[in-house]
Amino acid sequence: MSYVDDRFYADIVAAFTGWQRPELAVTDVATRDECRRLLEWEARLLDEARYDDWLALYAEECVVWVPATERPGDPRREVTVFFDDRQRLQDRIFRLRTGKAWSQVPPSRTVRLVSNVEVFRAAGKMMVRSNLVLHEFRSGEMRTLAAWCAHRLSGGKIEAKQINLLERDQSLRNPSILL
Amino acid sequence: MSTSIFFEHLVQEDRVHRSIYTDPLIFELEMTHIFGGVWCYLAHESQLPRPDDYITAQLGLRPLIVVRDSGGKLRALFNRCTHRGARVCRETRGNARTFQCPYHGWTYFNSGKLRGVPWPEGYACDFSEGKYNLAQVPRVESYRGFIFGTLNADAPSLADYLGAARQPIDEWLDRNPGGRVVLAAANRLKFKGNWKLAYDNAADGYHVVFSHRSLLETENRHAADPTRGMSFYLGKPDEAPMYVQYFGRGHHFKDKRPNLERRPGALWEIEAAQPGMAAYEQLIRQKLGAKALRALDLAASEPVNINIFPNLSLLGNHIQVLQPLAVDETESVWYATAIVDEANELGGMADAVNAIRMRTQESFPNFGEVDDAANFEEIQKGLAACEDEWVYMHRGLGIPGRVKALPDGTLKAPATDEVFMREHMKEWQRLMTTRPNIQLSR
Repeated sequence: MSYVDDRFYADIVAAFTGWQRPELAVTDVATRDECRRLLEWEARLLDEARYDDWLALYAEECVVWVPATERPGDPRREVTVFFDDRQRLQDRIFRLRTGKAWSQVPPSRTVRLVSNVEVFRAAGKMMVRSNLVLHEFRSGEMRTLAAWCAHRLSGGKIEAKQINLLERDQSLRNPSILL
Repeated sequence: MSTSIFFEHLVQEDRVHRSIYTDPLIFELEMTHIFGGVWCYLAHESQLPRPDDYITAQLGLRPLIVVRDSGGKLRALFNRCTHRGARVCRETRGNARTFQCPYHGWTYFNSGKLRGVPWPEGYACDFSEGKYNLAQVPRVESYRGFIFGTLNADAPSLADYLGAARQPIDEWLDRNPGGRVVLAAANRLKFKGNWKLAYDNAADGYHVVFSHRSLLETENRHAADPTRGMSFYLGKPDEAPMYVQYFGRGHHFKDKRPNLERRPGALWEIEAAQPGMAAYEQLIRQKLGAKALRALDLAASEPVNINIFPNLSLLGNHIQVLQPLAVDETESVWYATAIVDEANELGGMADAVNAIRMRTQESFPNFGEVDDAANFEEIQKGLAACEDEWVYMHRGLGIPGRVKALPDGTLKAPATDEVFMREHMKEWQRLMTTRPNIQLSR
C-alpha cells in the first residue's frame, strides 16, 4: 500500500521549496564527499541496470519526482513527467523486465555524469544539489538529457529525488529509462 | 497523372501506399488540404480564462497566437510579423494587450490590428489600411471549451463538423462536476514518425494486448484477479461488449464503457494502483459515504477514445493533441485535466479527486504511449523499404455482418476492426483531392 497521502505531498512540496540558501550550505569536506559518492554510486547502478541495488539506496518511504512544468508546482494539482512512490518505481522496473516494453527493447545504453555537487542542511535533512548529464544511446542514435537534481537524504538513504530536466515542459523523445 | 487518380492509387479499399507516411511533398500538401481545410483543435478555453490571455500554438506548421482579445473575443493570430516575417511573440503563454515585434518594433493590438510602426514618416503608405494588420484564422469557434480554427471559408459550422462525435464529447464532459474540466499541465512526447501513424492508432483495438503487453502485465501484477486497467482486451476482444464506431469526416470512437457494469464504482475498481490512491480513497469515503463512489470514478480513467480528425483525441481523462513537426516527426501532447467543483457537488472532495487523477493520468504516457511511439518509429523505419509499397488495414473487410451501418449513418464494428482507419483514409483521400477555399483575415 502506498504511504503517499496529503501530508506526504505537503511535506515534499515544502521540503523542495527555498532550501538552496547560502546560510544552509554544508562546507564540511567529509560530508560533501559522502554525498557526492552516494550520487555517483546511484548513477553507476542505473547505468548498469542494477535496479534492485539502485532501489535499495532509497528509504522505504521514498519518491522520485520529475516536474513537467517550468516551476515544480504542486503535484496534487497538475501532472508531472512522473511522481513515483516505491510501488510505482517497482512497477517501472517490473515493466522493463517483462521484455515487452518495446520502448526499451533493445534497452538504451546510458552514461551519467554527476557534477557540481552542493550540500545544504534544511529542516534537519541533507539536501544535495547536483547537475546531471545523461548520454543515451539507442537504436543507432545518441541523445543527451540534462538536468539539475535535488536529493533529500536521511540516515544514508535517499528519501526523495527531484529531477529538473531542462526540457521539462517540452516534448521528450522516448522517456522510458529510469531516471 | 491527375491529382485525384494519384490519390485514388495511394488509398485503396484494403491498403494505403507507404508514401502517404514518407513523402515530404504529400506532407506539404496536407498542411493546406488537411490542416488548412478542416477544423483543427487549437487550444482549450481554460488556458485563456481572462481577456488578454494568450498561448502560442500551431495550425499545421503555421505559428499562431491563440488569444482572448481585450474585447473577450477568441482569435488565432498568425505569429508572423507582417513586415518581415519574424514571430512577434516568443513566449508560450502570457497576458498581453499588444505584441511588439522584437526585430523592428512594429506593434499590434491583440485583435491583430496594427497599432503603429517606429518612425512612420519614413513610409509613404497609409498604415490604417488593413493589409498591414497581423493575418489571422478567419474562423475560430469553441465547442464547450474546445477551441478550433479553420482557414477554409467553405467548411461547415464547427457543430456540423463534429457531427455525431458531439454526443460522446458531451458525455465525456458531463460526467464531471459542472460539465467541464480545466487543463492541468501535460505529458509531452515526440516521435520520429508521421502524424497519421498516431491517428491510425487512436481507435485501434487490435494493437492493445501486443503493443501494451508490458502495461497490461504491470497493471495486474498485484491484483488477486487480473481485471485492472485494459485487461478487458485479453482473451477475445471482438466478443467483448466494447466496440469501435465511425462518425464520418474522419472522426471515430472506441467505446470501452460497455465492458463495465453501469454502476458507481465500477470504473474505480479497475484502476491500477497509483501513488496516494489508498489514502485519498479513505478520506473520500469517510467524507462522502454512499456518494464516494461517484467521486472516485472521476479520479479513474474514463474508458473511451474520442478521436476528432485530424489532431484531437479525448482518451481517459486526457486531451491528446497531435502536432505534426515534419513528415517523419510528430509531437503528441497529453494534456491532463482536473475537475472544478464550483457548486460543491463533491462535498469539498474535488482536491482529493484531483490528487488521485493527476497520478492516474501520468500512468498511460509513461507505461503505454512510450511503447506505441517506439512502434510508430519502427513503422517509419520499416517504410524505408521502398519496393514493398503497401500498408494493410483490412481487418474485418469483407466479413458479412461484421460492420453494421446504423440508422444515423455511422458505422459500428467489433473492437479490433480497422474499419475506422479505412474510413478516415477515404476522408483523407477526399480532402487531398479537393482544393479548400483558404482565406485569411486581417
